[in-house]
Amino acid sequence: MNTPTNWRKRASTLVLAAAVGVGLAAAWLTGGGSGDLALLADASQEPRVVDIKAKKFAFSPAEVTLKKGEPVVLRLTSEDRTHGFLLKPLKIDTDIKPGQVTEIAVTPTQAGSYIAICDHYCGTGHGNMKLKLTVIE
Amino acid sequence: MGDMLDRRSFLRIAGTSLSIGAFYSVFAPLAHGAGSEIIKRTLGDLNGEAPAPFSFIQLSDTHVGFNGPPDPLGTRAFENAVATINKLGRRPELVIITGDLTHDADSRDEHAKRYKLFKEIAGKIRAAQVKVVPGENDAGLDGGDMFREFMGPTYYSFDHRGVHFIALDNVSAGRPAVGPAQLAWMKSDLARFSPSAPIVVYTHRPLFDLRPDWEWFTSDGDDVMNALAPYENVTVLYGHIHREHFHRQGNTNMYAARSLIFAFPDPATPGARKPVPFDKGQPFKNLGLRVVKGKAGGRDLRVEDVELSMNEYSGTVGMDQMLKHGKGDASDE
Repeated sequence: MNTPTNWRKRASTLVLAAAVGVGLAAAWLTGGGSGDLALLADASQEPRVVDIKAKKFAFSPAEVTLKKGEPVVLRLTSEDRTHGFLLKPLKIDTDIKPGQVTEIAVTPTQAGSYIAICDHYCGTGHGNMKLKLTVIE
Repeated sequence: MGDMLDRRSFLRIAGTSLSIGAFYSVFAPLAHGAGSEIIKRTLGDLNGEAPAPFSFIQLSDTHVGFNGPPDPLGTRAFENAVATINKLGRRPELVIITGDLTHDADSRDEHAKRYKLFKEIAGKIRAAQVKVVPGENDAGLDGGDMFREFMGPTYYSFDHRGVHFIALDNVSAGRPAVGPAQLAWMKSDLARFSPSAPIVVYTHRPLFDLRPDWEWFTSDGDDVMNALAPYENVTVLYGHIHREHFHRQGNTNMYAARSLIFAFPDPATPGARKPVPFDKGQPFKNLGLRVVKGKAGGRDLRVEDVELSMNEYSGTVGMDQMLKHGKGDASDE
């Protein structure tokens, strides 16, 4: 299981979104990764960690605000069963399994609003399980 | 083959699904057209079975067990649809139901009761065959175990009068996906067919990105469509979106059927997906049946809209009795 202190190692194993042109850029945090994306993140800036908990049938918090150009790590955990986290425009699509930490590094490059949904069916309130992600200037 | 073998007319599936489904006439052009015998023999040689005219019906999203806002009708629309089918002048050889047969339940026992009720109602359909695929309400939580217990395999294929039907499961993985194992099976299943083979694929979720933030997509739908791309006569039928919709991708026509429980809005609607409000004055609004019948030569298709009978529900007593909302939420989809 990952801990808050080893997110950099964990992040290097993630399949991250190539979201240039649609609002956010996912960046490899270990200094590697594809060149265009890596350039978007300031390597000297410590990413802010945003904890997001999934539980039937909501994300907590339900709204997340990020600043354009700020590298962040979305740290996803589940409190009950497997959920999904889909942000299709940004090509982020992952499961959130109980007992595991899933971390996704992103650096917003464009202001806007996005809706993430749980795309792993989790029961009779599944359709309401959403998170609003807002990127401000 | 030339002019006589117009491949695009092999599978003239026509119909726009309305609520309880669509009535498809298959191979109408082959029934009476000039050179039809030659075409049928040719197809028989190519595909192993000569195609012949037949009709089938698609139903979808019966959600047996759902009884809450916005639709308090429970199984009434489903039952009414069965009655409507059984009154059709031409008995369909095949009825396909594209998922969410049951509404999910918190307990296994309750879900099993819903499966039993579904089978009881569907068992009254007077058709030679009734085929089903699961929706996420049927199979999303248990990997399809209960569906297999009550209904059989979650994906399979069969031939009917020269048409190859493929049932795809894009729900049992929990996520909107077919998955590599099933995709490999489908490719293997298709391998024996020539590019001209008429193929009908039916599944629950759309195989394209119709509205991803409403979960109206299949994550590996492109892989499925790529595997189908060499085939010239492919039709995809699906449900899940509770409304009619048509989409063409390459050679493939994709039709969504309305549900038998309540309607969702147009995918072009901005913002959140909210069910179309229930109209007490028109309890079966958006519920109905469209029958499409092929006439001689298949070029003159006659479309009939069949309205579900409202007699039983038009009186205030009947409606008020039904307006007992139970648990459930239309946004549970």
